[in-house]
Amino acid sequence: MAAVGGDGLVSPSRVPLVRAPAGASTRPAIAVEGLTKAYKTSLAVNDISFSVAPGSVTALLGGNGAGKTTTIGMVMGLVAPTRGTVRVLGVDMARNRYAVLHRMNFESPYVDMPHRLTVRQNLRVFANLYGVKRGEDRIAELAASLALDEFIDRQAGMLSAGQKTRVALAKALINTPEVLLLDEPTASLDPDTADWIRAELEAYRSTHGATILLASHNMAEVERLSDRVIIMRRGEIIADDTIPALLARFGRSSLEDVFLDVARARGHGAEAAVDAAPADAIAEIGR
Amino acid sequence: MSFAAEVFCGFSAARVKALVVRYIYLLRSSWPRLFELIYWPAVQMITWGFIQRYLSHVGTAGGAAVVGAGTLIGAMLLWDILFRGQLGFSASFLEEMWSRNVGNLLMSPLRPMEFVAALTVMSVIRLVLGVVPVTLLAILFFGFNLWGLGLGLGAFFINLLLTSWSIGLLVSGLLLRNGLGAEGLAWTFMFMIMPLACVYYPVAVLPAWLQPIAWMLPPTYVFEGLRALLDQQVFRGDLMLQALGINVILFVGGTVAFVALLQSSRRAGTLLQVGE
Repeated sequence: MAAVGGDGLVSPSRVPLVRAPAGASTRPAIAVEGLTKAYKTSLAVNDISFSVAPGSVTALLGGNGAGKTTTIGMVMGLVAPTRGTVRVLGVDMARNRYAVLHRMNFESPYVDMPHRLTVRQNLRVFANLYGVKRGEDRIAELAASLALDEFIDRQAGMLSAGQKTRVALAKALINTPEVLLLDEPTASLDPDTADWIRAELEAYRSTHGATILLASHNMAEVERLSDRVIIMRRGEIIADDTIPALLARFGRSSLEDVFLDVARARGHGAEAAVDAAPADAIAEIGR
Repeated sequence: MSFAAEVFCGFSAARVKALVVRYIYLLRSSWPRLFELIYWPAVQMITWGFIQRYLSHVGTAGGAAVVGAGTLIGAMLLWDILFRGQLGFSASFLEEMWSRNVGNLLMSPLRPMEFVAALTVMSVIRLVLGVVPVTLLAILFFGFNLWGLGLGLGAFFINLLLTSWSIGLLVSGLLLRNGLGAEGLAWTFMFMIMPLACVYYPVAVLPAWLQPIAWMLPPTYVFEGLRALLDQQVFRGDLMLQALGINVILFVGGTVAFVALLQSSRRAGTLLQVGE
């Protein structure tokens, strides 16, 4: 840990990103096959397949309504797929999710921590739910690394947005997960706090070799954290590659330009699946 | 995930305890929540106690007993066990929805049946906190001792709790499936069965065609049993056993409904965005 930021955050030093250690299992940490989610009147995710290597960071990038959150929800097992399978650490989430839930965790702006409980009480509850051994030690560890000490005995509802995000991250890391799912982890944070959170995620990934699947439409976040980017639009995968390869394919110098090309359906490869007719697809699934 | 796996796999008392501790933290942190547990049962008991005293006075003046000693106040206290039991269950569940914590819990290793077990424990804890002081007040104000019902009280209590949990399960499932827009059900569902449960009057008062429907509800047996105990000093074990039989069916039905509604919520994608 190094510099102290303007709001008292201790910035972790930049650490090199690591790939899965040599000799580690080559089985994907996350394997998604033919995943589809259809609602009555819309097709949120349409037949997507991808896999995430152990120890890597993969970003799901796309605009609002692209299907990122639904995809993350299906990977977590909170949303049931209409079709297709999700395997996390080799376990089929539809059939046996409880065999693997203690080895994964998540952070999402769609959930919150009980406001009347203090940060320490919240973390204690989740440490016990995840069966964390020496839970108090783990909480102390997280409090130190995420700079929670100054408000750890304050009620969660009394915290600022930045503090709440750090607490949510502490909850997401309480069980030292091998697979971490993040949905817009720095949404609504100021640039300083967002940068600090990203540095923490890099440090965690580097230290523990964790696999991270990240849903975001924040280009800085994706560029900084991700080894690979899956671009989604209207529930389909438009592109899936490393950032340099995506820049080359779209002939752009920044990921933001690539994103805009995809969002506005222009440039190489952007047209392909964009104009698929979701209504037809829903009807097909309905049959 | 199959229904059997959702219900039966890997139950952990440690996770149930973790969730119960979470609710105890909440109660400890909020005096209005604690106050709310006691004040309404106390207001109800005092109101019904005075009504009973008035009716007894009128009955005596008219030369006939209108209601047996303690029947109204006893019925009110048992009704409160039923209502508060369900509310204790549903309110704890609502706390998770209000704080948007349902996703965190369902993404954790907590099994649905462990969640349900924690809610039943909290239902009992909230009942003890709310109803026990009021039964003591009933002795102080009106000389009515609910504890004097002895074995009968135990049978009434078990049957009423089982009914309250069955309805709590159904209401919680509906909340999961439909979001906080269904919150009103948590507060009012029990009142739908109140007229048929014959809390303050015998089943014989109902029209003949309605009586078989009333006898499908376990609380009806409890309140008939209470009147038999207070008016005739007879403990009707047969009524309690019949109530228990129906309660077992209701509880299994409530569990099936809860798990089915949870699975339906997964299909509808409503678990991540719990709100109105």
